[in-house]
Amino acid sequence: MPTLKVVDKGFFTTAQDLGRYGYQQYGIPVSGAADNFAHCMANFLVGNEAEEATLEITMMGPRLEVLKDTLVGFAGFSLAPVINGQEVDSWASYKVYAGDKILFRRKQKKGLRFFMSVAGGIDVPLIMNSRSTYVRGAFGGFEGRNLMTGDVIDSGQYQPEDFIEREVDERQMPAVPSGGVVEVRVVMGTEEDYFTDRGIETFLNSVYQVSIQSDRMGYRFEGETIEHKETFQIISDGIAPGGIQVPGNGQPIVMLWDRHAIGGYTKIATVIFPDLDIFAQLVPGNNVKFKAVSTDEASRIAVAYSQRCSQTSVRLKSK
Amino acid sequence: MAVRYLAAGDRCVVAEFGKEIDAAVNKKVHQFNHIVKKRIKDGIVDTVPTYRSLLIHFDPAVFSFNRFVNELKDIEKTLDSAELPPSFIATVPVCYGGELGPDLEDMAGLTGLSVEEVVRIHTSVDYLIFCLGFTPGFPFLGGMDQRIAAPRLTNPRTHVPRGSVGIGGKQTGIYPQESPGGWRLLGRTPVKLFELREGDTPFFPLKPGNYIRFKPITLDEYHSIKEQVTQGEYQWDIKEYSAD
Repeated sequence: MPTLKVVDKGFFTTAQDLGRYGYQQYGIPVSGAADNFAHCMANFLVGNEAEEATLEITMMGPRLEVLKDTLVGFAGFSLAPVINGQEVDSWASYKVYAGDKILFRRKQKKGLRFFMSVAGGIDVPLIMNSRSTYVRGAFGGFEGRNLMTGDVIDSGQYQPEDFIEREVDERQMPAVPSGGVVEVRVVMGTEEDYFTDRGIETFLNSVYQVSIQSDRMGYRFEGETIEHKETFQIISDGIAPGGIQVPGNGQPIVMLWDRHAIGGYTKIATVIFPDLDIFAQLVPGNNVKFKAVSTDEASRIAVAYSQRCSQTSVRLKSK
Repeated sequence: MAVRYLAAGDRCVVAEFGKEIDAAVNKKVHQFNHIVKKRIKDGIVDTVPTYRSLLIHFDPAVFSFNRFVNELKDIEKTLDSAELPPSFIATVPVCYGGELGPDLEDMAGLTGLSVEEVVRIHTSVDYLIFCLGFTPGFPFLGGMDQRIAAPRLTNPRTHVPRGSVGIGGKQTGIYPQESPGGWRLLGRTPVKLFELREGDTPFFPLKPGNYIRFKPITLDEYHSIKEQVTQGEYQWDIKEYSAD
């Protein structure tokens, strides 16, 4: 059902869901929402399952006109949603009616990516079991591309009893992105034995700055050179989400949502999945420090994160 | 060599079977991939077979890292007796030389062979698909006759057309999409290695662990097959593979 009309496309908005799994063996990237927690919350706010697609809004938001009464949800820190001229809180959902106007004001230095949901989910075709957009491959989402002015956004069916405004429990919300040094947790490996002790020490004790050459495929960093023992190349091997490749220049690249399934550079460590949400909010110039955790600790953090990314983090509005 | 199990973050494990490009090692990867997916019904999100390792995405709400690795080790014990499903061989028609294969003449010069010999050698091997990746549908092939090995171009092309078949060093391959590239181009295939057919159904003619064989075609045949591909009428020649 036509639900929203794009009056102005903004900067770069795509449809994303939990990702396209099952096709990496054919070289198809996973894609999916860059900030998994915000994506899940946006969906739960409007009564959707986590699997539904949301709009991933990068930097500047679109201007939208509501075509059909519905419930919309907002999650993120980088933008302030405005409904009919009135600024409203994020991490909450709102009833909107045909003819209403939605736009977004940019909040400086508060992250990069923001998520908007619609009751019933963004209705774009399921391609290889996912609605996620892979722009480089030109498939998924809105015809394989970002949102354009004039597009009409369809939404799926929803139960009328779900037409209830909700909000995210603030105790479950992530920290507001700050300009300081952000700590990112990693599990060492898979090729840590290709690095000298000094290389590993450099990696764990230096501050790395996000380079301008960063996108949904990967984030490049600049900082102290990480020393290899001999070679920086391996026989091409699978790349996990958050895999940190270090090519010959010794500068780390964190492989993210639109990464290749296979690559031939040594990987010193892997960012744990819960901390990939941080990357969704990093902009060039931001600083990170990598902190090693054990596999046991990583497993515990993963379980706690799964619990946070559930319906229980969302409640009916308190007033 | 014993299988190494390496953590790749909080929800991926790499089972490493070796550090070399070797058909026997690669076969173990595909066997392991097959039985792991068969034996563990719940908690596996995806797998990525490569030349010599298997990356497994698991659900950390179902398994801790250590428990998952223990499951994998149990499965590994049954690896040698594991049955593999049959493999297949797909024929890839290629129009060699001319505008579609601009480097074929140079290849003859570099290898000291005639143009006809380069084509004959290139089309007389069953190439193992070790794995796919880099771009959608891109096959990493093994088995090329080293008499036709040749260094990559010193000046890579900015646009290599989709379907180009080339040689780079000791490897041969097919570009599934238009992209930049430094391989020497022998010819071009009119078929697609990845497409979304009607109803958005994906079609991947090439699968990891299977084989391909190149078949020389004329320019007329190239255009005729290309038209069939465009119309959605092209039938791939894919048969069960036997090593002899």
